[in-house]
Amino acid sequence: MDTAAPGGGNSGRKVVVRVKRRPDTREEPRWEEFALDWRPHMNIIICLRDIAERPVTRDGHATTPVSYEASCLEEVCGACAMLINGVSRQACSTLVDSLEQPIRIEPLTKFPVVRDLVVDRSIMFENLKRMKCWVPLDGTYDLGPGPRISPEVQEKYYPLARCITCGNCLEVCPQVNENSDFVGAAILSQVRLFNAHPTGAMHMKERLAAVMGPGGVADCANAQNCVEVCPKQIPLTESIAEVNRQAIREAVFGWLLG
Amino acid sequence: MREPKIIVVGGGLAGLMAVIRAAEAGVPVDLFSIVPVKRSHSVCAQGGINAAKNLKGEGDSTDRHFDDTVYGGDFLANQGPVKRMCEAAPGIIDMLDRMGVMFNRTAEGLLDFRRFGGTLFHRTAFAGATTGQQMLYALDEQVRRFESERKVKKYEGWTFLSAVLDDHRVCRGICAMDLKTMEVRTFPADAAIFCTGGIGAVFGRSTNSVVCTGSAQSALFQQGANYANAEFIQVHPTAIPGEDKCRLMSESARGEGGRVWVPRKPGDKRPAKQIPEAERFYFLEEWYPKYGNLVPRDIATRAIHKVVYTQKMGLEGAPAVYLDVSHIPRETLDRKLEGILEIYEKFLGVDPREHPMRVFPAMHYTMGGLWIDNTNQATNVSGIYAAGECEYQYHGANRLGANSLVSCIYGGMVAAPAAIRYAGGLDKGCESVPTIVYENERRRQEQINDTMLHAEGTENPVTIWKEMGDWMTEHVTVVRNNPDLERTDAKLQELADRFKKINLSDRTSWANQTLSFCRELQNMLVLARCITRGALARNESRGAHYKPDFPDRNDAEWLKTTRAHYDCGTIKFTYEPVDTSTIPPRARRYDAKA
Repeated sequence: MDTAAPGGGNSGRKVVVRVKRRPDTREEPRWEEFALDWRPHMNIIICLRDIAERPVTRDGHATTPVSYEASCLEEVCGACAMLINGVSRQACSTLVDSLEQPIRIEPLTKFPVVRDLVVDRSIMFENLKRMKCWVPLDGTYDLGPGPRISPEVQEKYYPLARCITCGNCLEVCPQVNENSDFVGAAILSQVRLFNAHPTGAMHMKERLAAVMGPGGVADCANAQNCVEVCPKQIPLTESIAEVNRQAIREAVFGWLLG
Repeated sequence: MREPKIIVVGGGLAGLMAVIRAAEAGVPVDLFSIVPVKRSHSVCAQGGINAAKNLKGEGDSTDRHFDDTVYGGDFLANQGPVKRMCEAAPGIIDMLDRMGVMFNRTAEGLLDFRRFGGTLFHRTAFAGATTGQQMLYALDEQVRRFESERKVKKYEGWTFLSAVLDDHRVCRGICAMDLKTMEVRTFPADAAIFCTGGIGAVFGRSTNSVVCTGSAQSALFQQGANYANAEFIQVHPTAIPGEDKCRLMSESARGEGGRVWVPRKPGDKRPAKQIPEAERFYFLEEWYPKYGNLVPRDIATRAIHKVVYTQKMGLEGAPAVYLDVSHIPRETLDRKLEGILEIYEKFLGVDPREHPMRVFPAMHYTMGGLWIDNTNQATNVSGIYAAGECEYQYHGANRLGANSLVSCIYGGMVAAPAAIRYAGGLDKGCESVPTIVYENERRRQEQINDTMLHAEGTENPVTIWKEMGDWMTEHVTVVRNNPDLERTDAKLQELADRFKKINLSDRTSWANQTLSFCRELQNMLVLARCITRGALARNESRGAHYKPDFPDRNDAEWLKTTRAHYDCGTIKFTYEPVDTSTIPPRARRYDAKA
């Protein structure tokens, strides 16, 4: 809970951080190294803020503050996903003391880089749209309560609803690459969530049609990296398996059920 | 008839609700947000949303919700709007339920409700301890549905710079900047609804997200929109202090039975678990037997300050107290509070199911905000509406926990139809406004960018921001003394002067975050003065505003809304009466016996 200001470090201990910089999409990336004053409970966000307050590299060259995305700083908004020592994770909840130094910070590789650590993850939101990840609603006027849901069902599906669209599961998936349109685990898990909701299930057929299309559930090769890296411990592989079963059922019996 | 054109700025709960209402009415709407809307600060709301559904056989009613809210807010809220909000709340819960929000359930499959601060009823519906996240996602999904039907156009990754005002000071659109290309562009509209959230960054470290700077509100204030009750700032009693932010530990921890305590012996070095029950000082329970740990936030925060600073009983002498849930069964904790306990565990490496959490108050919420009227969420500038935390209407001098989510949704529900009615009634729409009006505003904003980018000074914006935050936190939060407020005001003017000698250290024109931060910082400095000067002027204590030199509420002189006007760099205050038409003001005493 020590909150000493940067520069006020008295221990002399340093945190060495290497950041992969890329000023814009035309330029090639380069590495810059910084030596920061260590303080207790430092996370990666604090490191990046220290650099912004004193944008000078370890060897004394003036540079620009590092561009990065961050918002809630408590691992619930999903913004600050990046590669830290090669691991795809949220910068806010990554504590410096848990890392080997020099700490290497890079942008995610499966999304287009905008600048430095900022990547464009809009494809994930587009895919949520494509997969119709919502409950169809007649309107927001007062139509009385929703369907009753047992506590068991709520407890099973609430964890899926905690997905923060951070993109870590896509980053580590070998099936997400330049030659594939695979939507990835996060999106398929949302499909499962909305297929399970009593009202959401009314759109299951349309969702499954999208899931059986290009980039859908068939593209999963079961590497199971997604579930390892998910910061919210969402049972992503279970979700994919469930959506796969639903898709097969739909493919085999869909025409019968109309 | 011409089709009205509506803009919504901000994609948190209030903004998304306004968008949905406009899209449902068939009115095309453009939505602007700094971040992808799914990452808005509403995700951080933890404990729940209030509505008097009375599903626990306690005889709760919307009238009681209304009374708790007005009393909790120390009678500073206008009662008409609060009453309507409380009456709408049960329907709002039903709507969210139909949208698929994964609320916790009872054995019968109905919505479960928990206790929260400032009420004796189980009135708070919740989805674990991530209720705001669940609600935001539900609204986000509905907006995505409208987006796929081309009824909504999103501009994510744009920051609001200013309103476009015509010669009659009527809003005709907005001016915004693309955070990637840094393009400054104007967007014509007949009405704009601002749902731009909180102002935590003005206090440096708070429980708010990085994006909660209040920059948009401040920009509008400087363009003539009034700002009301700025001095009312909520400091949440239980947060984990941190250098980058103070992480909230929801009131729901206490709603589910969590207890706040310190060792009776100051400086007691024993681990918490080894301190026997009789040697623990459960000060909230002793001082407030009826409400116990669930007194309103201003009361709990001042109690913690008293224990730490007056009685010198902070943990091992440090500014911290215990928030203890370790007596609650693990299974209950994981079912109802997992989201927050996980935060504590991840950031401090200690399991709060086993060990009491160390917490301290932190700036959390602004009751004040853009002045709006009592019926339409309309600001004093024609064509500008506001909803959510960025306006002042529903919480008076202190907000009750779990009332913010309901005020966001309700405000959005009221603002959109009101803006559409206004737009429909205009003689001439934005299409008839001369292009020069837009052109001038764009040039004015580009000029500001140019000046900042080329400033050759020596001041670092992050340093100025930190100094502002430290001063505001020390002098303009829990305890306020006039000499300190005077000094803070002087300091803020010094910082504003130093801001003129800024150096951006990044002069590029691609995804330049330093530039957008500086624009925000300039606006924050104005808002900081508005808060400080408002606090200086109000010589009484009411709700979250506490002055030891004026310890009592003074209705004769101060049962008034503070209304700030910005005039060529100076801030002026006028005061207007509060609507107390339904509940006559009475003494606010939470220390009464059970």
